[in-house]
Amino acid sequence: MNISIDFDKCCGAGQCVLAAPDVFDQRDDDGVVVLLHPRPSAEQEENVRQAAALCPAAVIKVEQ
Amino acid sequence: MTTPGPSRVTVVGASAAGLSVVEGLRREGYAGSITWIGEETHLPYDRPPLSKQLLSGAWETDRLRLRDPGDFEALGVDLRLGARAVALDARKRTIALADGGLAGYDTLVVATGTRARRLPGTDGVAGVHVLRTVEDALALREALAGKPHLVVVGGGFVGAEAAAVARGLGCEVTLVTDTAQPMGGALGDELGSMLGNVHTEHGVHIETGAMAGQVLTDGGRACGVRLADGRTIAADAVLVGIGAQPNVEWLAGSGVPVGNGVECDATLYAGFGVWAAGDVASWLDPRTQEPVRIEHRTNAAEQGLAVARNILAGPECARPFDSVPYIWSDQYDLKIQIYGRSRGADEVRIVEGSLTDRRLIALYATRGRVCAAVGVNMARALRGYRAQVAEAAVVEVESAA
Repeated sequence: MNISIDFDKCCGAGQCVLAAPDVFDQRDDDGVVVLLHPRPSAEQEENVRQAAALCPAAVIKVEQ
Repeated sequence: MTTPGPSRVTVVGASAAGLSVVEGLRREGYAGSITWIGEETHLPYDRPPLSKQLLSGAWETDRLRLRDPGDFEALGVDLRLGARAVALDARKRTIALADGGLAGYDTLVVATGTRARRLPGTDGVAGVHVLRTVEDALALREALAGKPHLVVVGGGFVGAEAAAVARGLGCEVTLVTDTAQPMGGALGDELGSMLGNVHTEHGVHIETGAMAGQVLTDGGRACGVRLADGRTIAADAVLVGIGAQPNVEWLAGSGVPVGNGVECDATLYAGFGVWAAGDVASWLDPRTQEPVRIEHRTNAAEQGLAVARNILAGPECARPFDSVPYIWSDQYDLKIQIYGRSRGADEVRIVEGSLTDRRLIALYATRGRVCAAVGVNMARALRGYRAQVAEAAVVEVESAA
């Protein structure tokens, strides 16, 4: 799995961190996503898909 | 007893909630047919930026796309855009469309959202705007390019955000709100007052505690707003941001319970093989047993996914929808974020930062229990308070040393 992010569109909701806390984090003030692992482990993949589905700005793109 | 699984799901509504249902069904392995009906002619697009980046001109419409066009083919759905549902026959399980066509289903999801409320007598009046669709936003943007005196009626999210954008574009702006502060309903006095000061510093003239009575016209064009107390405010353009109403009229007489939205049980099921998700869904909050309807972006995605899972589980095994609502607003250089439900809180306590710094976290409580956490420019730290909202934690009298 490969994750790409459109950082410029991120609205800082943090839904991704709630769904996959080992893969995503946020910047302090504006909450913009920080990608900790662009190639997450297999056991993280479902969480990452959930994060992509729930992201309110649709900035997380997942490619297998 | 087990009921046969669905084989023909129809989703009415092609915005965020509908998208979440459709994608959720496919992700969870549903291989049956999906018919997806949307009134707007556009592929699903995002609405929060309409009053922010699209209105300011920072983004063009292609940035609003929720998915790339190619992604919809991969979903394998019969997507019918520009098709408005006008009636439901729940017995025959058919939906009548405005063009005379019919769509059938064994399982229906209503995700028809809301539409902007308007002031009486303003339909078709030039210079009067609402902000709900991409067309609305582009029309307002075009009007703002002429640097009009804009009167914003309504101090909620849409009104406050649009006022900030309009000032940024150099327009003269008057904000009319019936609350004591902009976004006072959601933020309360202290934070609302801070936000009001920010708007005033940026040159917005605010009329608080004021009800807009009617839009004044001259030759069919808006020229002002008359307040309920008789005063008038001159205007070249008027934005009406006084809330939204659920699109449920097409369900009248179908047997599907409607009132303030589609009335669902705690699992978002309305009976008759009908589910609802997003702005249009009123469901029994499993925590309070009270009906709740939420008009916000993250709720649409979460409910859509929950409905997809519940459809596949079947009504008997469906799980209640329980979430911590999340909303945000961007105004000037402020990012305001709310977990939970802050309206009606009887106590507000600033637990990090300060109003002076305009960087803070505040806990809102009702009867001693945390009901919301509100952050201003402290996005990452705010997330740490979400658990207290989820647990409705007891507010500590003294913060622990």
